[in-house]
Amino acid sequence: MLSRSASSLFWLGRHVERADFMARLMEAAYRFETLPQPDKNSGWASAVKSSGTAELFDAKDVPPNRDAVTQFLALDPDNPSSIRSCVMKARNDARIVRAALTREAFETLNQGYIELSERISQKGRPVDMVNLVDRVKQEVRNFEGAIWRTLVRGENFWFIRLGTLVERADNTARLLDVKYHTLLPEGESVGGALDQAQWTAVLRSVSAVTAYRHIYRQNLKPWLIADLLILREDLPRSLCHCMEITNEYLQDLRAAHGRVGPADRLAKSILMDLRRTDVDEIYKKGLHEFLQSFINDNNRLSRQIGEQFSF
Amino acid sequence: MPLQENFSEMYGTSGEVRAPYAGLSEWLSEMSVEELAKRHGAAELAFRRMGITFAVYGSNQGDEKIIPFDVLPRIVSASEFSDLEAGIVQRINALQMFLADIYGPREILKAGIIPPELVLANPQFQPAMTQIKPPGGIYSHISGIDMVRTKDDFYVLEDNLRTPSGVAYMLENREAMLRLFPALFQEHRIRPVDIYIDYLQDMIRAVAPKSARGEPTAVVLTPGSLNSAYYEHSFLADRLGIELVEGSDLFADNGCMYMRTTEGPQRVDVIYRRIDDDYLDPLAFRPDSILGIAGLMDAYECGNVTIVNAPGTGVADDKAIYSYVPEIVEFYTGEAAALKNVETYRCREPDALKYTLDNLSELVVKRVDASGGYGMLIGPAATRAEIDEFAERIKDDPDGYIAQPTLSLSTCPTVVNSQIAERHVDLRAFVVSGAEKTCVVPGGLTRVALKEGSLVVNSSQGGGTKDSWVLAD
Repeated sequence: MLSRSASSLFWLGRHVERADFMARLMEAAYRFETLPQPDKNSGWASAVKSSGTAELFDAKDVPPNRDAVTQFLALDPDNPSSIRSCVMKARNDARIVRAALTREAFETLNQGYIELSERISQKGRPVDMVNLVDRVKQEVRNFEGAIWRTLVRGENFWFIRLGTLVERADNTARLLDVKYHTLLPEGESVGGALDQAQWTAVLRSVSAVTAYRHIYRQNLKPWLIADLLILREDLPRSLCHCMEITNEYLQDLRAAHGRVGPADRLAKSILMDLRRTDVDEIYKKGLHEFLQSFINDNNRLSRQIGEQFSF
Repeated sequence: MPLQENFSEMYGTSGEVRAPYAGLSEWLSEMSVEELAKRHGAAELAFRRMGITFAVYGSNQGDEKIIPFDVLPRIVSASEFSDLEAGIVQRINALQMFLADIYGPREILKAGIIPPELVLANPQFQPAMTQIKPPGGIYSHISGIDMVRTKDDFYVLEDNLRTPSGVAYMLENREAMLRLFPALFQEHRIRPVDIYIDYLQDMIRAVAPKSARGEPTAVVLTPGSLNSAYYEHSFLADRLGIELVEGSDLFADNGCMYMRTTEGPQRVDVIYRRIDDDYLDPLAFRPDSILGIAGLMDAYECGNVTIVNAPGTGVADDKAIYSYVPEIVEFYTGEAAALKNVETYRCREPDALKYTLDNLSELVVKRVDASGGYGMLIGPAATRAEIDEFAERIKDDPDGYIAQPTLSLSTCPTVVNSQIAERHVDLRAFVVSGAEKTCVVPGGLTRVALKEGSLVVNSSQGGGTKDSWVLAD
C-alpha cells in the first residue's frame, strides 16, 4: 500500500473518532452545567482544558460559557480539533483513499459532511447542541459499523482501526481527566453529592454507566471508575482494551509485511505497563499525572506508527 | 451561413419518431412527467451521496458540484455507430502516425501539407519527444473525440489527445440508469460500456516496457484531491485495481520509477497520468512543478516506464492543427477522412481573417489554445459590444483564433423543470489504443446544454450529461 494512503487511512480513523470525542466532551460539560452548583461555566472550562486546545480558546479571550465553548468545539474552523475540522479532514482523507473504502463507509462520512455543511451555512442560529451531539455520535457509529461490516480485513482496515484506537485511548484518558480540571466549589466535599454527580456525568459521556453497575455492583467510586476506564480489558474504550487491540492490528501488519519496527515495540511496552499496574498504584502516583504520561506515550506511539510505515 | 433547421435525435426533422427511439417513445407515453422528475431527483441525490462531484474553479458557491444528470438517454443506432466507429479509428490511427512523424522524420512538413511553424513552434510540441520512441509507437493511448450532429451528419468538433475526462460519468450514468429504469433495459438491446475498463487493462499490458517483470505495475497519477476531475481519477484507479498516486508518492532511482509503500519501494511500469505535460518532471519541464517527479523523463527515455498518454500529444489536438486533420488522414492512410470536420477559418490566413471579421455575428470564434468553453465568442448570441471587443482581440493576435460557422447542434428530449423539452447535445466518444488495436467504446458521454437554445455543453459552463446508448443489431 502507498505510504500516503496508509497515512490518510490512519488519520481518517483518528479524525472520525475525535469528532465523536468532541461531541462526548460537550455532553459531559452540558451535564456538569445542569448540576446544582454556583459556577455554571466550570464544566465548560474543564471541557476546553481536556480537549487539548485550551491555548487556542484562551487566545480568544471570551468567557468559557456554553455558547462560546460549543461554538469552539463544534463549529470553529480555526480549531483544528473542532467537530467541523475533524469532519472536513476525515472526508478529505476519505476522498484521497476513496478506492480503499467501501461505498457504505464513504457514503456515511459524506452524509455527515453534507449535513454539517448545511448546519454551518445556517449562520446566526445558535447551535442545537444536544441534537448535534446525537447526530455526530450516530454518524460515527454508522461509519464504524460500515468499516466493521464491509471492509476486507487487510491493510486498509488495519490502518483505519489503528487510527481509531490510538485516538480513542487518547480520548478516554482526556475524558477521565475532565474531572481533574473541575474544582469542587467551597463547601462541597470529595465524595459528596456534587462530586458523585460529576463522576456520573463523566461515565455517562463514555456510555459506561450501565457497564459500571454490572461489573462493580456498587455506587460510583472514583477509583473504580478509573479501574474501569483504564484497566478493564473488557470495556471497549478502556486504555487497556485499546492497547490490546492496537497490538493485535500491529501484529496483523507484521504478519503481512514480515518486519518488526519501533511502533511494535512501544505498543507492547505500553500494554505491559498497563497490565502490571493497579488502581492503588495509579492513585499513589496521582491520576492526573498518570493520564498525562499515558497521553504522551500514546502520542509517541502515533508518531512511531507513521515512522514504521514511512508516512 | 444561416442557421440550419434543427435536427432532433428523437424526431429528426420530420417530427416522426426515429426508429432507434421507438421503444423509448412508447415507454415515455406511459410515464408521467412527475414520475420522471421524481426519479431524476433520486438520481441526483444518489450522485451527491456517493460524492460524484467535480470542482468548479473560481466558484464560491461550494467548491464541489454534481454534474446535472438527465434521465432521458441519447440513443445511437447500430449502423450509425459502426460508421462513427470506422471513422474514429481511422482518424485516431492517422493522428498517431502524425505524432510519430513529427517527432521523427517529419515527412508531412517536408511535403508542405502543414506549415512547419504550426507544429514546431506550437507550445504543445515537446522537443524531448524527438529522442524517445514510445512502446508500440502509441502516443495517444486514451483519446476522446467530441462530435456534434446537424441535420446532415455527424461532425468532429474537437479531438482530445491529452487524457480526456468524462469516462467516469459515462460509466456512472449507465449504473444510475440501470438502477432507475430496469424495464427500459429489458426492452432494448443496449451494448454495455463497462468494456472500457477491459480496454484500458489490455492496453496497459500491451504498452508496458519490456523490462517489466511479470504482471506490469500500473498507477494513476493525479495532481491531487483538489483537482476538478479527482473523482474520476480515483474512480479509474479503483476500477483498474491499481494505486492512485500523487507525484510525491513516486521517485526515480537509477533510471527506474518506484512508489513509496508501507512495505518499502515498489517498481512502477506504467503511469497513467492525469497531469499536464508541463508538470510531469521539474527537471525536464517546468522547474517549479511540485506535482510531478524529478527524473521521470529520464526513466521514460531509458524505456523503463511507459507514460500514458505520451508527452507532446497536445500538438495533434490543438485547435490550429484541427483544421488540417482531413489532410493528415489522407496523407497517412491514403483514404479520404470518413469523419467530417466542421468548416474552419484559420484567422492566420488573411482571406479567412477578413471573412471572419466581416461575419462575426454568424460565427463561433475560438482561441486555439483554450478549452472547456472558455475564451470563445458565439456570434449569434453575442451583443454588438461583445462582438466589437472580440474583433479587436482577433486583430491583435490573428494566429490565436479560428472561426467556424454556428452549427445547429441536434437536440434531444430532456427533463427541464418537470417538463420534457428539446435541448442541444454533443457526443464524446472514448477511444483506447494499444499496440495492436484501437477500440471505441460503444457508448460515450452525451453532454447537454440545459439552458434553452444554449449551444455550450461544457460542465464548467452549466451543462449536464445523459446516458448514451448504442443499440446492438
